[in-house]
Amino acid sequence: MSDLETFRSETRSWLEANCPAEMRQPVRDEDDVYWGGRRAKFKNDAQKAWFEACLAKGYTVPAWPQAYGGAGLNAAEAKVLREEMARIGARPPLSSFGIWMLGPALLHFGTEGQKQRFLNEIARGEIRWCQGYSEPGSGSDLVSLQTFGEDHGDHWVVNGQKIWTSYADHCDWIFCLVRTDKADKYQGITFMLYDMASEGVTTKPILLISGNSPFCETFFDNVSVPKSYGEDCPAYVGQINRGWDVAKYLLGHEREMISGAGGGDRTAAIGSAMTRAAAKTGDEVDPVLRAELAMFDVDALAYSAMGEKFLDEIKVGKSHPAQPNMMKYVGTELNKRRHELMMAVGGSRGLEWDSEETEGGKAPRGWLRTKANSIEGGTSEVMLNVIAKRILDLPGA
Amino acid sequence: MPLYHNEDQAMLADTARGFIAEEGNIAKQLRHWRDRDCKDGFGHGLWKQMAEMGFTGMLVGEDDGGLGMGHVEAGIVLEEIGRNLTPSPFLTSSVLAATALQHGSADVKGRYLPGLIAGESVFAVAIDETAKHRPSRIATRAEESGNGFKLSGSKSFVVYGGSADMIVVAARTSGADDDAGGITLFAVPKDAAGMSHKGVRLVDSSMATHTKFDNVELDGDAVIGEIDGGRAVLDAMLMAGRVGAAAEGVGVARGAMDMTIDYLKQRKQFGKLIGEFQALQHRASHLYSEVEIARAVTIKAQQLLDAGSEQADLMTSVAKAKVAKTARLAVQEGVQMHGGIGMTDEYDIGLYMKRDRALAEFLGDAFFHANRVAELSGY
Repeated sequence: MSDLETFRSETRSWLEANCPAEMRQPVRDEDDVYWGGRRAKFKNDAQKAWFEACLAKGYTVPAWPQAYGGAGLNAAEAKVLREEMARIGARPPLSSFGIWMLGPALLHFGTEGQKQRFLNEIARGEIRWCQGYSEPGSGSDLVSLQTFGEDHGDHWVVNGQKIWTSYADHCDWIFCLVRTDKADKYQGITFMLYDMASEGVTTKPILLISGNSPFCETFFDNVSVPKSYGEDCPAYVGQINRGWDVAKYLLGHEREMISGAGGGDRTAAIGSAMTRAAAKTGDEVDPVLRAELAMFDVDALAYSAMGEKFLDEIKVGKSHPAQPNMMKYVGTELNKRRHELMMAVGGSRGLEWDSEETEGGKAPRGWLRTKANSIEGGTSEVMLNVIAKRILDLPGA
Repeated sequence: MPLYHNEDQAMLADTARGFIAEEGNIAKQLRHWRDRDCKDGFGHGLWKQMAEMGFTGMLVGEDDGGLGMGHVEAGIVLEEIGRNLTPSPFLTSSVLAATALQHGSADVKGRYLPGLIAGESVFAVAIDETAKHRPSRIATRAEESGNGFKLSGSKSFVVYGGSADMIVVAARTSGADDDAGGITLFAVPKDAAGMSHKGVRLVDSSMATHTKFDNVELDGDAVIGEIDGGRAVLDAMLMAGRVGAAAEGVGVARGAMDMTIDYLKQRKQFGKLIGEFQALQHRASHLYSEVEIARAVTIKAQQLLDAGSEQADLMTSVAKAKVAKTARLAVQEGVQMHGGIGMTDEYDIGLYMKRDRALAEFLGDAFFHANRVAELSGY
């Protein structure tokens, strides 16, 4: 048996022994996701047990080095773990922007001191991070951001406003793009890390068309941010005024993450599930709708192969560096289409906004939520611009 | 297995790309034979060269004198054939017929495989009986007669049927037209008495036949596989052919896309390169995305088929449907973005549009395969 096959069989037994049955159910509610953080609460014992088992094994961040709280899995092993978790429908033990976004940035740009401190905190689910990127006047044109950190020697005084800060009202720390040089658009931004409990930070949830408020407006009013948190642990990632490099690197990760929402790992056709769901309420799927479901499944299953290829190529550096933009574009557009079809199959039941039978309007709220997929993390139109410029090398793009 | 070519496959791709671009390009092959109204519709010289490269017998097992390669490798050659619109009997002979022959007796193999490997023989397959691909219904009948069979019926869309040294014919030896069972495959030699062809030139200048079988007498060793048990061989042949057609379609799509993107970088209007217009950039970027996905799912299907996976059938239909949709998009965008010149015979982009049309129809179009994806998924 190859090492990898041994690893697979060990992983399978470990998951069998450690992943509680409740943690193998699809995520239904917001609190089915464990985000960690200072104010974190487990929904139930199963969630706690699953998190703790993974924590002990380094599986909250399996591909990170052991020194930073991970399991030090190589790419092939991480893939096996993903596959084995997917096989039994295991939920992620811990979700966070620290894992998806800040972690990769620190692994790439961070100092040893930053890695020791922040990565371990993330891996252990102790600190929940949010991302301060967009501003009211800086959406797609992010680099025009205005939040300003005035240099006061050993600290900055930050003033400004961020928007679309995911779960800012639940988060402990923020990684935030702050202008530190007004004269240089690109080389005048610093990627700062600071505590959301700092004086002068306020958050205000934004009510969305889905009726939910996963995003906030975040205000900084004379927030004092020290330049260092101790030896070899600066309060910024990379260099001062070079935060845009980090942001660009991270945007790639964010696009990969969002593109995953389109079904990177899905291999099952949705048409069968929807046809069964319709039958439950005594409904039939119209032949024309069936045809659309079939065409969707062709696109979605093909995209899942693309997702697999994309990850395989990333591991060996074969992927075009701008390919995440393509994945993000297609993945989000597919996810919107998926939800349009779910609404079509659902009929009038899919319109119910807060009835018990519909788990509080899960379908329509979910459908509305997907409309943001092709806006957040770079709009579809920006993705297409990037593909035109960086991959197709079209003139003037 | 990672979803990209390993080193050997990458080398093969380099070789195939260079060779087919040089010898199989549009001027040298497609236009050359078309403009001479060639009744074969392809060049035997190139077929011979492909044999020298080892391509013609790549799917044939090593025990039978071939290279024993898989569908990933065959797909590499097919993608280049697609990119260059090379008229070639590779798909019908080296993929479809070769797959069927793998299930044949030593005798049948010995009769046909050496000619294929040497590039001296060309094969066709006769499956469709109506204008749309519908292999679930087979009405052509073979009645037992003496030591052999008498074959009667008619087939359509027999690509290169008029040039074929042997045609693999799917016929019914028992049961009703729509039965899954009762199918037998026959290797019908070109000189079989009672077989007649009506040759037709298709929109892409390829040649096909309507072929009639009027009490064609076949001896028992013309049978490929089991009598009445040919559905499994037919399915294996169809799967190989479909995944091969998908690979060729990826080549057509990439060829059309590359040509179009080049054009966007050359053509000026309103004092600008038209590739500077965002309206066209976004369409080009969308097309690129679709083509990448079509490639990915095609490699996935090839690998699953080579691995003998249960998922291979589903992913083959996903790939065939996805590629058909994508190549269609590529050629339509190609002609539109070329503007008026895209409508001229002189410019190659229109040839891609014609090839896509014929290739997508072969072994089932996007609608056929999307429906199949639904059926295989249980709805």
